[in-house]
Amino acid sequence: MKINRRDFVKAAGTVTAVGMMGFPYIALGAGKKVVVVGGGTAGATAAKYVRRLDSSVEVTLIEANPDYYTCYLSNEVLAGDRTLDSLKFGYDGLKKHGINVVIDSVTGIDPAKKEVKTKGGKTFAYDRCIVSPGISFKYDKVKGYSAEVAEKMPHAWKAGPQTKILHDQLVAMPDGGTVVICAPPAPFRCPPGPYERASLIAHYLQKNKPKSKVVILDHSSKFSKQGLFIQGWKALYGYETDKALIEWKPGPDNGVVEVKPAENAVVTSFGDEIKGAVVNVIPPQQAGEIAVQTGLTDEKGWCPVDGKSFESTLHKGIHVIGDACIAGEMPKSAYAANSQAKVCAAAVVAMLADKAPGVPSYINTCYSILGTDYAISVAGVYKLGEDGKIVAVKDSGGVSPTDASAETRKREVQYAYSWYNNITKDIFM
Amino acid sequence: MANTLKTLAMLVGAAAIGVAPLALADDGPTAQMLAENCNGCHGTDGASAGPASPSIGGSNSEYFVETMKGYKEGKVPSTIMGRIAKGYSDAEIEKMAGFFNGKKFVPAKQKFDQQLAKKGEKLHDKYCEKCHEDGGKIPGGGKKKGEKSGDKDKDEESSDEYQLLAGQWTPYLKWQMADFVAGSREMPKKMKQKVEQLREKDGDANLEAVLNFYASQQ
Repeated sequence: MKINRRDFVKAAGTVTAVGMMGFPYIALGAGKKVVVVGGGTAGATAAKYVRRLDSSVEVTLIEANPDYYTCYLSNEVLAGDRTLDSLKFGYDGLKKHGINVVIDSVTGIDPAKKEVKTKGGKTFAYDRCIVSPGISFKYDKVKGYSAEVAEKMPHAWKAGPQTKILHDQLVAMPDGGTVVICAPPAPFRCPPGPYERASLIAHYLQKNKPKSKVVILDHSSKFSKQGLFIQGWKALYGYETDKALIEWKPGPDNGVVEVKPAENAVVTSFGDEIKGAVVNVIPPQQAGEIAVQTGLTDEKGWCPVDGKSFESTLHKGIHVIGDACIAGEMPKSAYAANSQAKVCAAAVVAMLADKAPGVPSYINTCYSILGTDYAISVAGVYKLGEDGKIVAVKDSGGVSPTDASAETRKREVQYAYSWYNNITKDIFM
Repeated sequence: MANTLKTLAMLVGAAAIGVAPLALADDGPTAQMLAENCNGCHGTDGASAGPASPSIGGSNSEYFVETMKGYKEGKVPSTIMGRIAKGYSDAEIEKMAGFFNGKKFVPAKQKFDQQLAKKGEKLHDKYCEKCHEDGGKIPGGGKKKGEKSGDKDKDEESSDEYQLLAGQWTPYLKWQMADFVAGSREMPKKMKQKVEQLREKDGDANLEAVLNFYASQQ
């Protein structure tokens, strides 16, 4: 046999791979059943990675919608820089991994019987259940607001039809109008999201309706990547000048507590009434309905979990991942959800084989695009702390430097797109 | 020769297996646990869907470790990797290197200019092939750490290891080269000389041609 240098590299690599990965988990969880509730970022990732780690586990993923629209990069759709269709993902990719995908709504999870029931009348038994319900809106915290009113005053905080409504309103708006973004009180899905949204709407207005502006009415007095956003707004959108395309009104006085759909107006906690040509109301949030209904949430509406396995501390046998869970210092972001899902999948596979979960490692990377050739990022590497809480590894992570060159900001846009292309493949394909 | 190489390959593999029980016995995360967290930016199994994040599946382990340590120490400039690399111990980085080394490198499906690629191939052969062998396809420069190639130029280099160039995402390679040329990332002595010679006549046009050659290898 002739072996050249490249074959050498390959041969060495193959043996190395087996060595480094340790013994495969094959058959340790044979015939065990995992039911994943919710096919968003965390749920779809978990379903795929359970199968990737142990193909003998039967995985059923139950999701209400046949297609998923990512919230990430949906602000580019608002700005007209991207189509809504480009955010759409189906579940055929997951089926190829041997996952039983069921399009149906979950109506109940019974932690005692270990069963999941659906609107379609089906019952699914599980050995372990992974719940990835995303967020739900606390409509009652904003007087006058509801799912119906959201058709006129969209939240667009779950992507899809809501994204289209807000985009269409921006297109229909006359030049000179004000776009009001009502930022919710923390914690909420995607902490830098409202500010990226303000940036990309300003980017749209600058090109198409330069006499208009964006006003952010905020519950909070500080926000994610604040220094970098403000620096970017100054560089791109005349922030704090009389031609500013963005105005930020910090909380708590400017937090929106009431909407008046007839006047397309909102009322702040201070009592000011503000009218907008377009009003984007992002309401206060909590874990998705099924988590609340199953009793997986605490008094604030989020799900406490064991950081090592994401098993609920309220109901054994059920794991909660993604935006709905309380993941220590990790933010409610897509990358965090994807990372949590992998930690959870590994723990579930181990626990199904009556083993203790291994040592976890978590990560977050999150990009915000502010305008043409201008993006910023935040990153964090996390571990399980002494007290069982998820904590950032000391002296790591953080945001893009404030003194970064224009070239760096430009590269971060391309890395943001790479992030999107790779994470969506990692989740859905 | 073939037998020697084969034996050596098994030995290198065996050495890695020798490491594995230690890795399992330590109280850190497994290689897979650590490495799968990279997928969101670098693609599942390190096969990047682009347009810019480099593929790291099939990376030479030495190169991977050196680059990550370079990020950590700020010697290799980056947008985000410096902040991320600081989150991992040297032992964890080595585990990740082993994991990705065991994956397949998947060449990027990307556009390129056929004519420039032809020109680039000639330039590559003249200036780069000596170290980046087989058109830039061999991630380790064709030799293992400590192994002497018998070539004076190559053996003089401080580092034995090379980035895989053929089929890597062009924007990534372009930016790395921009950093090398600007001096924000240090080039090995020999590479510096060769890059200077390559750019002497038409400057960046020659670099562009070489990049098109790498992109053409799909």
